Amino acid sequence: METDRTPMLEIVDLHVRAGDREILNGLNLTIGAGEVHAIMGPNGSGKSTLAQVLAGRDGYDITRGQVTFLGQDILDLAPEERAQAGIFLAFQYPIEIPGVNNAYLLKAALNAQRKARGEPELDAFEFMRLIKDNMAQMQIHKDFLSRSVNTGFSGGEKKRNEILQMLTLQPRLALLDETDSGLDVDALKIVANGINSLRNPERSMILVTHYERLLELVEPDFVHVLAGGRIVKSGDRTLARELDERGYDWVQQEVQSA
Amino acid sequence: MSTEQDDVADLVQRKYQHGFVTDIDEDRVPPGLDEDVIRLISAKKREPEFLTEWRLKAYRHWLTMAEPTWAHVRYSPIDYQAISYYAAPKSNADAPQSLDEVDPKLLETYDKLGIPLHERARLAGVAVDAVFDSVSVATTFKEKLAEAGVIFCSFSEAAQNHPELVQRYLGSVVPYRDNFFAALNSAVFSDGSFVYVPPGVRCPMELSTYFRINAANTGQFERTLVVADAGSHVSYLEGCTAPMRDENQLHAAVVELVALEDAEIKYSTVQNWYPGDEEGRGGIYNFVTKRGDCRGANSKISWTQVETGSAITWKYPSCVLRGENSVGEFYSVAVANNYQQADTGTKMIHIGRNSRSTIISKGISAGHAQNAYRGLVRIMPTADDARNYTQCDSLLLGSECGAHTFPYIESRNRSARIEHEATTSKISEDQLFYCRQRGLAEEDAVNMIVNGFCREVFKELPMEFAVEAQNLLNVSLEGAVG
Repeated sequence: METDRTPMLEIVDLHVRAGDREILNGLNLTIGAGEVHAIMGPNGSGKSTLAQVLAGRDGYDITRGQVTFLGQDILDLAPEERAQAGIFLAFQYPIEIPGVNNAYLLKAALNAQRKARGEPELDAFEFMRLIKDNMAQMQIHKDFLSRSVNTGFSGGEKKRNEILQMLTLQPRLALLDETDSGLDVDALKIVANGINSLRNPERSMILVTHYERLLELVEPDFVHVLAGGRIVKSGDRTLARELDERGYDWVQQEVQSA
Repeated sequence: MSTEQDDVADLVQRKYQHGFVTDIDEDRVPPGLDEDVIRLISAKKREPEFLTEWRLKAYRHWLTMAEPTWAHVRYSPIDYQAISYYAAPKSNADAPQSLDEVDPKLLETYDKLGIPLHERARLAGVAVDAVFDSVSVATTFKEKLAEAGVIFCSFSEAAQNHPELVQRYLGSVVPYRDNFFAALNSAVFSDGSFVYVPPGVRCPMELSTYFRINAANTGQFERTLVVADAGSHVSYLEGCTAPMRDENQLHAAVVELVALEDAEIKYSTVQNWYPGDEEGRGGIYNFVTKRGDCRGANSKISWTQVETGSAITWKYPSCVLRGENSVGEFYSVAVANNYQQADTGTKMIHIGRNSRSTIISKGISAGHAQNAYRGLVRIMPTADDARNYTQCDSLLLGSECGAHTFPYIESRNRSARIEHEATTSKISEDQLFYCRQRGLAEEDAVNMIVNGFCREVFKELPMEFAVEAQNLLNVSLEGAVG
């Protein structure tokens, strides 16, 4: 049963290997409903791995630990089952699928999720009505729907497409993997507006990012520093600013001396 | 990643949905082939003498030929004396004039295949010349076609009612000497379709034939001839399924297309012969010769095919671009799963000035299948400014299958422009994960990606056929994840 006390997501002592390399090394993180957490950290610290593992990407060995989403253990669930349960990953590098148009993928995805929840599937008209406003919000032109998924898109278009999908699928937990990278200022604003419009007490978010600039626009409730496969420092909004000014070295030194 | 590989093995398995046998009395010639059998077939069909003679010449020539071995396929030797060369549903000794006269069991068979014939004909405005085993049993929309002057009938009828047309065009594109299987077909062909579109006529509807192999151990030898006279236009659809069988069945069809000046023929095939079981036993051997002759200036022939069936496919729908400014097109999706073997492609022979051809080939391999594309582009010295564009893409599902490309390019004219692009790819883990992360089940994700891969070909198919082709593809690859 989901109660006020049940966290949206609870990660306990998570150890993850890829091949011979240990990437996550005893990671703990609890995210309550309605919270936005930013995860920052140097390159190779395991930020993207965390997002991928939560979404159920194959190719990682989970050697220890537990992940529960709304009270349910999800580590044995297939990626689509996690998606249907309400976990959404905005990809750092959205994938191109030649010949499959955007509208088709998104409608099929939405209907697969609705079906899994026991809701009726939407027909083409209902679907168009639903995404029209989302497209306007993301400033996406309507001919975009008939183009192949991410094929020949600019970096900014790909990222806006991710947020369009998120707006349409209305997840409970959104994992945004470096959604700000490769965006110019205008695109960043559009993307940030999209993200902010989804914030509500029933929905949580994890923003994986290198830079502070997204966090100026999407204010996190918590900021964590990931280094060496675990969270080494947590704080509020001000921590991001400090990291932006001072880099990560001081955090790592602090951890080593502690 | 390793788990996904393991899934391939289990998931590729599925039973052929159209595997059943209709129980109908047959009028069958005993197995074996000699001149008497050929005379018997010809007599049963009340053929004019020139045709009997032509069959015999073909037979005598066939005796001098050896079975080809160059294709990238393997199978045990075929015993041509063990095959029965003629079978006709007995209850229809005189072919019925309407659907009401058709054996209800036959109609039931079509229903099982999801082809409600009368419905389909009425709703879709499609004229259907359905071939069941060797004799045509239902022909619809004849009147409407007759009004336009279009002749669309079984080959046997054509031989009786339009002998001059048959004599003029039969073997003019694929002579009986062409190859081993074409010679065999010419000697023993049982039935097929005949189309003649008179000058300047645009055929008022898509012409469609559904046929299937039904009698055990009966080789089926279809013969199709489509002639588009000057300035005419016709679109022909061919689709087939076959019931499950334990023994391999030989299918050696010949299709000849003739396009005269300014004429256009569009020939679409969705093919779903029984491919054999998971071990590759019992599937259809499909050795087909298909060729179109762009005989007149500005003529155009377009082949579109979606191949998902057969244990072995050996098939190269080709265009001879004789006319000035003539155009040849080949759009193909070939799927091979389990132990299927496909060696398929096309030939574009450029003879006329400024002739152009386009080849788009999409090969999909899954399971233990071997899928080969073999394509010839030949530019003759007379073909000034000829152009060809070839795009040949292969998609692999799993790691036990193979894709092979054998392009042959022969240019004997310096003004020719020939482009060839080829890619081989696997469905990427990234693509699958992306779709699944959005909530799609693995199989739906594979179907979506594969259909996307084939889109350039599917969009060439007539609308309803395109939907059917997609469904067929989904069924053929159910669970084949790589």
